[in-house]
Amino acid sequence: MSSLVVKGLVVAYGRTTAVKGIDLDVPEGHVVCLIGANGAGKTTIMRAISGLLRPRAGTIILDGTDIAGMRAHRVAARGLLQVPEGRQIFAELTVDENLAIGAWLTQDRAEIARRREAVLARFPRLRERLRQLAGSMSGGEQQMLALGRALMGAPKLLLLDEPSMGLAPLFVEEIFGIIAGLKREGTTILLVEQNASAALEVADDAYVLETGKIVLQGPAAAIAEDPKVVAAYLGG
Amino acid sequence: MLAQQFVNGVLLGATYALFALGFTLMFGVMRVINLTYGFYFSAGAYLALFATRDAGLPIWAALPLASIGSGLIAVVIDALLLTRLRRVRASELASLMVTLGAVLALYSLATTFVGADIRRFPIGIIPEAAYEFAGVRITAAQILILLATSVLVGGLVALMRGTRLGLAIRALAERPDAAGLMGIDTTRVAAIVSFLSGVLAGAGGVLIGLNFNAIQPYMGEEMMLRGFVVIIVGGLGDIRGALIAGVLLGLVEVATAGYFVSSLKDAVAFAILVAVLWTRPSGLFGRAVIRRA
Repeated sequence: MSSLVVKGLVVAYGRTTAVKGIDLDVPEGHVVCLIGANGAGKTTIMRAISGLLRPRAGTIILDGTDIAGMRAHRVAARGLLQVPEGRQIFAELTVDENLAIGAWLTQDRAEIARRREAVLARFPRLRERLRQLAGSMSGGEQQMLALGRALMGAPKLLLLDEPSMGLAPLFVEEIFGIIAGLKREGTTILLVEQNASAALEVADDAYVLETGKIVLQGPAAAIAEDPKVVAAYLGG
Repeated sequence: MLAQQFVNGVLLGATYALFALGFTLMFGVMRVINLTYGFYFSAGAYLALFATRDAGLPIWAALPLASIGSGLIAVVIDALLLTRLRRVRASELASLMVTLGAVLALYSLATTFVGADIRRFPIGIIPEAAYEFAGVRITAAQILILLATSVLVGGLVALMRGTRLGLAIRALAERPDAAGLMGIDTTRVAAIVSFLSGVLAGAGGVLIGLNFNAIQPYMGEEMMLRGFVVIIVGGLGDIRGALIAGVLLGLVEVATAGYFVSSLKDAVAFAILVAVLWTRPSGLFGRAVIRRA
């Protein structure tokens, strides 16, 4: 269990400022979703939080420690794990090897075996494919693997970047079912999604991002009824 | 005669394979054509020369020491030259030019210190006698080549396939960002890969130095051309391909020198390179895989 407080985050690529000073609050045990159009800066925020990008300014407080500018493996060691956009599974490794890498930060074999069993119970499809190369699976199965790989690290805080992107409707439903399950178990989650209606349904709080700025924030239920959000993101 | 040529070719090719293996490992993981790689080959040969001639060590101690020394040199040079370029995600051309400049500087620096003359290992460092098996003569140096390459190649394959570190190296080679997100210290694993590559290059330098009993500063430069042939024919980043292509190159060179004209052997190697690139652009054994589509 963990909490994340982002203040004044600025991220730039060369001279282009992609994220222009945003504040985010992800309280312990909450699911917080970040919605916005393509290119609004959602993935940039995620990459800055997980340490893949170095922010220009701002603080990212994870359980009382500022992790802004910390390298990705150190952020991961503090229990913040990201399921990156586009899944980023290791296609040339087997499913089982992908899961083993997910548990990289633990050396305790019994603990790794316990987590592996828990992940395989959650994603029974993966059990049938353990020895298969990850790249040979369907997009939906690869997303299950990306989630399972992150869960192997027993995250205190989980960052999910577009988990439903490019998936068939049946898989989208399954993925959101799993997110709802993780929420019930008390996992703190920051979720970035294009599928705003499904995201707002599972989330406690929501932020709306436009061209690098937060334009709206509040309880997810209220955001889902905001006329502007309905018009722009919910196809109302 | 044929059997003799075959054995000579395979053993020469084994050292080419060893050298190319480090090169392909470095390229496969770092995604950079590091031209300083050839220097570690020269460095290995000279470190073994100093260890045997000046420190009086036997070759069985000098070989591992020189290999480890080359590995450490590789780690330092890689960190000095490429860390910053990696951080700013510079283009591959930038890395290529930086390592080209660096390797020229390294060779001339080395030549200043050790001289351009050809050096030889002390007499008796390895038994001169040759052993005969079914009409094929094998020298002690060739037996050492066989043993050392088997141990190093076997060790590398076991490391890559059977250990946690090998898993991390393969993950880093495929997706550096995702590897970092899983908690892998990518800088540290990259340094270990530099070390392993330097060890392979250095061991290759010692073995070739022994085989021809000739050591000179630019020997790595000549070897780099063969390294390119082997990793391009074998497929960039492909360990198995490098092994097969390395042994084939050794066989071709020995056969050309034995049955045609010795001075043609380099030309034949490059003719094969061009022919392979024309017909199979991803290498003889390479798969046309685009890792990041």
